[in-house]
Amino acid sequence: MAVSIEELKAKAKLLRKHIIRMTTAAGSGHPSSSLSAVEMITALYFGGFMKYRPQEPHWAARDRFILSKGHAVPALYAAMAEAGYFTVEATLSLRKLGSVFEGHPNMLRMPGIEASTGSLGQGLSLGLGQALGMHLDKLDSRVFVMTGDGELDEGQVWEAAAAAGKFKPGNLTVIVDQNGYQQTGATKDVLDMRPIADKFAAFGWHTQTVNGNCQANAVAALTIATNIKDRPTCIISQTQKGFGILPLLEAEGDLNYHGKPLSPALAEKAIAFLDSQA
Amino acid sequence: MYYGELSGLKLGAATRDAFGDSLKELGAKHPEVVVVDADVGNSTRTEPFMKAFPERSFNVGIAESNMVSVAAGLASCGKTAVCSSFATFLLSNAFDQLRMSVAFPKMNVKFVGSHSGISIGEDGPSQMGIEDVSLACSLPGVKVIVPSDAVQTAAATAAMLAEHGPIYLRTGRSKVAILYPNGCDFKIGKAIQLRDGSDVTIIANGLMVGAALDAATELAKSGINARVLDMHTVKPVDEEAIAKAARETQRIVVVEEHLAHGGLGSVVATVVSRTVPVPMAYVNVGDCFAESGDPQGLLDKYGLNPAAIVAAVKSVIG
Repeated sequence: MAVSIEELKAKAKLLRKHIIRMTTAAGSGHPSSSLSAVEMITALYFGGFMKYRPQEPHWAARDRFILSKGHAVPALYAAMAEAGYFTVEATLSLRKLGSVFEGHPNMLRMPGIEASTGSLGQGLSLGLGQALGMHLDKLDSRVFVMTGDGELDEGQVWEAAAAAGKFKPGNLTVIVDQNGYQQTGATKDVLDMRPIADKFAAFGWHTQTVNGNCQANAVAALTIATNIKDRPTCIISQTQKGFGILPLLEAEGDLNYHGKPLSPALAEKAIAFLDSQA
Repeated sequence: MYYGELSGLKLGAATRDAFGDSLKELGAKHPEVVVVDADVGNSTRTEPFMKAFPERSFNVGIAESNMVSVAAGLASCGKTAVCSSFATFLLSNAFDQLRMSVAFPKMNVKFVGSHSGISIGEDGPSQMGIEDVSLACSLPGVKVIVPSDAVQTAAATAAMLAEHGPIYLRTGRSKVAILYPNGCDFKIGKAIQLRDGSDVTIIANGLMVGAALDAATELAKSGINARVLDMHTVKPVDEEAIAKAARETQRIVVVEEHLAHGGLGSVVATVVSRTVPVPMAYVNVGDCFAESGDPQGLLDKYGLNPAAIVAAVKSVIG
């Protein structure tokens, strides 16, 4: 791999700062759900796992990333900014009238976004369709779909999981960002879908369970997944909602911190905290 | 007995069959066309295509939601994705997917609902698509086509595949009269006048166009000259033809095999009220679920026959 883990960690830290800045500027949004996904998204965009061209976003042979948990789109905007699709500064218009940085991904308004999401449960089906389309076009391209763990409550996810087990697209990888929380509480209390890996495995998927907030683990898991070509692959990415600034959220007395931005003062503290970490 | 018989029309194929045959034929010419099925291809008639082009066909099992989103995923790779199920399962079960995976990103997905209306008969109300047109019309940017005979359905299938973007095509289970010669002119959004008249205009689509012609034949006997418009496209509706009919005939009756709310009747009424307000009457399923029974018996019981159209015409003529 051309990029070192240390370099990826530095990139991940940048993404976290962008996420906090843009959601605080917006005054709304989902920073904590975005923060849990950072290491995987960093690995995908900067670890050599995805081929893409920011200057030619519709390049036919590109790999595709679908953020099925669309509320975490600040993490994607942050990665795309670092990748060169647009400036970091532009992302500060998040959620403002007239901005293309909508509250959930909108592929019509932003080239490089591979699916419009926000109604949970649809991304894996879309990814399956794209994986089949790439196969028809004999493209050596891969689709990565990221879902939440709360999102797995949606029945459509399992319709897609079963269908992928039938068609066996070797170019489809789902990353379940298992951050343990959904809107009203812990996923284990709302609707416990565990064991998740066993369910995907039962449908014929290759599965791995990793510490998704460990950059080296994220890279290792994606290395394994992308080397499997005969069936779809699933990475259960065990993460923490709000990872990177957890002590601050703990001090706020809310480890879920669902769907709310940090206040400007807290955002400042969070960025200083991130800078103080190795 | 079949609708159109009183008007001297011959019985033809069901619109679902015409769609299936046409899809297979077009599939040979268009390698970008793919089909996604929720295990009812032998009912919706995507089966001939799926047998001819297995590598471009995907049966995802009895899972309409997944079917629609998979079709959208294929479309985002440049395919013309056709998916189909019974009209009610497609629109009702997969509505969120049609909204979010198809309509919102303007995906090139053609979704085809068979078994529309109450004329499917014996299988009963759970299988009857009577709300599908309303649901499809509510989706921004989605075009909605309800063809009336086999010839038109073949033309509509070709037109639908040639046009980029999301389109809903509604087909029926039972055989219907042949209204058009082969090679007839068909344009999405352009109504067809099948009969001229000056006293009233009957606007219909699907199976009910034949019934409208029979009603017009019957009305002529009592000196009432009815214009008949085949409004095969409900969205975008032919506003010009509607306004012209309102202006020239001063009365409009809208006939459809669909619920009262949100279908062709609602769409036409919106145009009439905005352009040339005239008295209107409606012939439709009303606001109810139907029941099991023989198709013609059901159509008679729920007031979807030439006699009901004649009565509606007389109610606006006074």
